[in-house]
Amino acid sequence: MNQLSSETFGENAKAALGDAQLRGALRNATTLFGKKRREAAASLSNWEELRSQARAIKDEVLLHLDRYLETFVTNAETRGAKVHWARDAAEANAIITRLAVERGARNVVKSKSMTTEEIHLNAALERAGMQVVETDLGEYIIQLADETPSHIIAPAIHKTKRQVAELFTTELGMAPTDDVDQLTSTARSTLRERFATADVGISGVNFGIVETGTIVIVENEGNIRLTTSLPRTHIAVMGIEKLLPRFADLDVFLKLLPRSGTGQALSTYQSFITGTKRNASDEGPEELHVILLDNGRSRMLAHPVTRQSLACIRCGACLNACPVYQQIGGHAYGSVYPGPIGSVITPQLIGIQKAAQLPFASSLCGACREVCPVKIDIPQLLLHLRSEITDKQPGGRGKERLAFKLWAAIMTRPKLYEKTVIAGRLFQRWFKPPVKAWTNGRDLRPIEAESFREHWRRTR
Amino acid sequence: MKVALFVTCLVDQLWSSVGTSSVAVLRRVGCDVEFDDRQTCCAQPAFNTGYRNEARQVAKRFIEVFEDSKADAIVSPSGSCTAMVHHYAELFSDDPSWLGRAQAIAARTHELSSFLIRVLGVEDVGASWQGKLTWHDACHGLRDLNLKSEPRRLIRNVRGAEFVEVENAESCCGFGGTFSVKYPEISVAILDQKIEAIERAGVQAVVSGDASCLMQIGGRLSRKGSKVRVMHLAELLNQT
Repeated sequence: MNQLSSETFGENAKAALGDAQLRGALRNATTLFGKKRREAAASLSNWEELRSQARAIKDEVLLHLDRYLETFVTNAETRGAKVHWARDAAEANAIITRLAVERGARNVVKSKSMTTEEIHLNAALERAGMQVVETDLGEYIIQLADETPSHIIAPAIHKTKRQVAELFTTELGMAPTDDVDQLTSTARSTLRERFATADVGISGVNFGIVETGTIVIVENEGNIRLTTSLPRTHIAVMGIEKLLPRFADLDVFLKLLPRSGTGQALSTYQSFITGTKRNASDEGPEELHVILLDNGRSRMLAHPVTRQSLACIRCGACLNACPVYQQIGGHAYGSVYPGPIGSVITPQLIGIQKAAQLPFASSLCGACREVCPVKIDIPQLLLHLRSEITDKQPGGRGKERLAFKLWAAIMTRPKLYEKTVIAGRLFQRWFKPPVKAWTNGRDLRPIEAESFREHWRRTR
Repeated sequence: MKVALFVTCLVDQLWSSVGTSSVAVLRRVGCDVEFDDRQTCCAQPAFNTGYRNEARQVAKRFIEVFEDSKADAIVSPSGSCTAMVHHYAELFSDDPSWLGRAQAIAARTHELSSFLIRVLGVEDVGASWQGKLTWHDACHGLRDLNLKSEPRRLIRNVRGAEFVEVENAESCCGFGGTFSVKYPEISVAILDQKIEAIERAGVQAVVSGDASCLMQIGGRLSRKGSKVRVMHLAELLNQT
């Protein structure tokens, strides 16, 4: 797999900007998602109130996460689920692989889950000799193409219909066509066979309900229903932040999530899974394993500013609204989670040094904060991370640090400031390197012959 | 009303007519305008690039200078710099004495269109300008200060001006301070979508409330040889 790195964000982005097909696909998709989201939000008169309620519920959960987790585990296990705690990706993969191996699994079906992308579960299972099939259409396309998702809810957003058709022709041997119905029905019949023979089904989780121990998963294709009901064993992978205290809280979140994500009033399928089947004659899996994943989340929880990162419900609205994402797409970020929320989460997950470019990959326009259904102040988080990066790298960023020290010295001394402006005015025509980044694409406004303050003193 | 002008370092050095226009407009609506030439910058470049110590030094300087003013309000022709002053509290969250001073200064600091409409209640400053124009919502004015109708109400009262909306008026121009030079290619790609819409609208001028966005938009328009000109709201309101 040709996975880009966050460390080369700048180059990745430049390459993406040169890809006309990618940019066309992104423009269509993000514009459509944005429009549908606006219409869906406008269809509810209490949208703003819902956002505030959702955030208050998340804040409450995060403030007492330890207690809520314990209660959730007790309630889920009382109803027949088995809960496993995973400190990090390696631990989660080891647990899941062990569970699958113990059950003699050969074929695994998966539903779309960013958390399993985060821990790179497919690779771990494949190393253990299992065949893993993604059953969400977008994820399936990505798997066939040997790529990674470029969007949280629309993994193949970067692909055009024609690219998908070509992929299906080479990978599935179907006759060339660009008929969408034919493409989807080919995928469907291939995937149906996989469901029938799968030993284990692996899903993510949208919400874990504390009071009942229920896991809730929303989707549109029905593949999650199949993944979580056909195989004998269902393994659900869930970040520890996914909890909601009460069943009734879903009233708020199931209004916000589909509207923010796809612009739907309701997702087509909403699965509520509470433990395993009660009677031997019932349908459904015999075993339900819930993997509770930390993987850096308790670090985010510890700091009052970064804590709000964990309120995210992975709707993807901030990606669609972000002017940077709209131009370069998800792969350029070189991280599992792209876009504004990805630039916030990634440095906290993989380490600030490895993703030091991402918090700077934003114009701080605030469009992400405006659309976020749980009111995460993403610009504030980006600024916080920027200060962590610069303040905690005293050795690095030498020139930039020096420049800002000099800048502060000038800006706190009005006389020096004025002399600097005069010097700049005299020498501006010889300024080259620092200005080139600007002038390659834009004309630069020259320093005025008379500054405002000079004019003021002359004329008042 | 006595008003202290915070002209911003960008306007001071690169676009002085925005400052002189602001003074003229404020005087026309009856304000007594003062300008303290010890003022420099709001500290935003350092704050936004992550250099909080440097930002704090410059912010303290700003607070000290404007604390000396007896003016009823501090007015600035920039939504972005005004929003920065409103962000000072974040810089001094661990420093109660400076926090209080920062909050007091922020409470007195207004962006120009906000000051005219919300504080003075003036919607018509008696300006006139012939031609078709559109408004670019600068992000910090729009999303940090919630300025949406204020500049539009002022523009609609400019005699002779035909106001049209572009469909992406609220989209970022791609400037973003140091972002524009850290990632110039992305910055210009974002900008080009803005430019496309402006060109399609067939306007003679793009008006906005921030000189920084106007430098970005204007710099690209002039590079492309476009006839569309950029104008700050203060400059438009000063046309009679």
